[in-house]
Amino acid sequence: MTSLDAAFSAMADPTRRAILARLAKGEATVAELAEPFAMTQPAVSQHLKVLEDAGLVIHRVDGAKRPRRLAKPGLDSMDQWLGMLRKALERNYSRLDDVLAGMQTKRKGTKR
Amino acid sequence: MKTEGDTQIVITRHFAAPPEAVYRAHMDPAIIPQWLLGPDGWTMTVCINEGKVGGKIRYEWRNDKGHSFHITAEILALEPPRRIVHVERMFLPDPTPDNHVETLFEPDGAGTLMTMRMTLPDEKTRAMMLKTGMERGMEMSYARLDKLA
Repeated sequence: MTSLDAAFSAMADPTRRAILARLAKGEATVAELAEPFAMTQPAVSQHLKVLEDAGLVIHRVDGAKRPRRLAKPGLDSMDQWLGMLRKALERNYSRLDDVLAGMQTKRKGTKR
Repeated sequence: MKTEGDTQIVITRHFAAPPEAVYRAHMDPAIIPQWLLGPDGWTMTVCINEGKVGGKIRYEWRNDKGHSFHITAEILALEPPRRIVHVERMFLPDPTPDNHVETLFEPDGAGTLMTMRMTLPDEKTRAMMLKTGMERGMEMSYARLDKLA
């Protein structure tokens, strides 16, 4: 579960979410990422390191460049986690559906 | 369920019953333990809801393995049958940061559209809440995810 902890805490930062949003459009180098954020390259690298450690971003080596892209397995495991949360919530609410249906029937019954 | 801004989590759900019934199911201690349970194997063992502004809430759950946890809350505003505002925290066993929750019940056809808006103190807390806090008793799901991983 360590990687999920790291992933959620990595996501709890607006700049890192913006970097992920940019990478969702395609691969980018540190220089390309630094530009729209008005940040220094070391600052962007720092954020990228957090994202890489969390398993959300990976890089490849292309000569002197290290283009970054989204890491699908990391994002998928967050997705799965949120999906389960939704399912657990839905279990409660489908139970509530049944309770509400019972309340309605009872009320109709007592009207007569 | 979705996130909004930096600190909010919003849950929306349609119910077939009118707002009066859905509101009651969220406030009546005789009804709440019938549905507010979480995963299989958990039951609500304590359900206190004083049902008035300034009143206190305490819910406790226990599973078949003897694990338990509880939340406490204070009711900040009530507008039956359309609005409940409360502030809650979970004890795991240390208290989590306060979660401010506004729940709206609006007529939606013959039924109700519920919108529950949770506001956490900061985005780190929200991330934590999504990760661990929201469904304390998710051992089953953890196990399932472990299998997937």
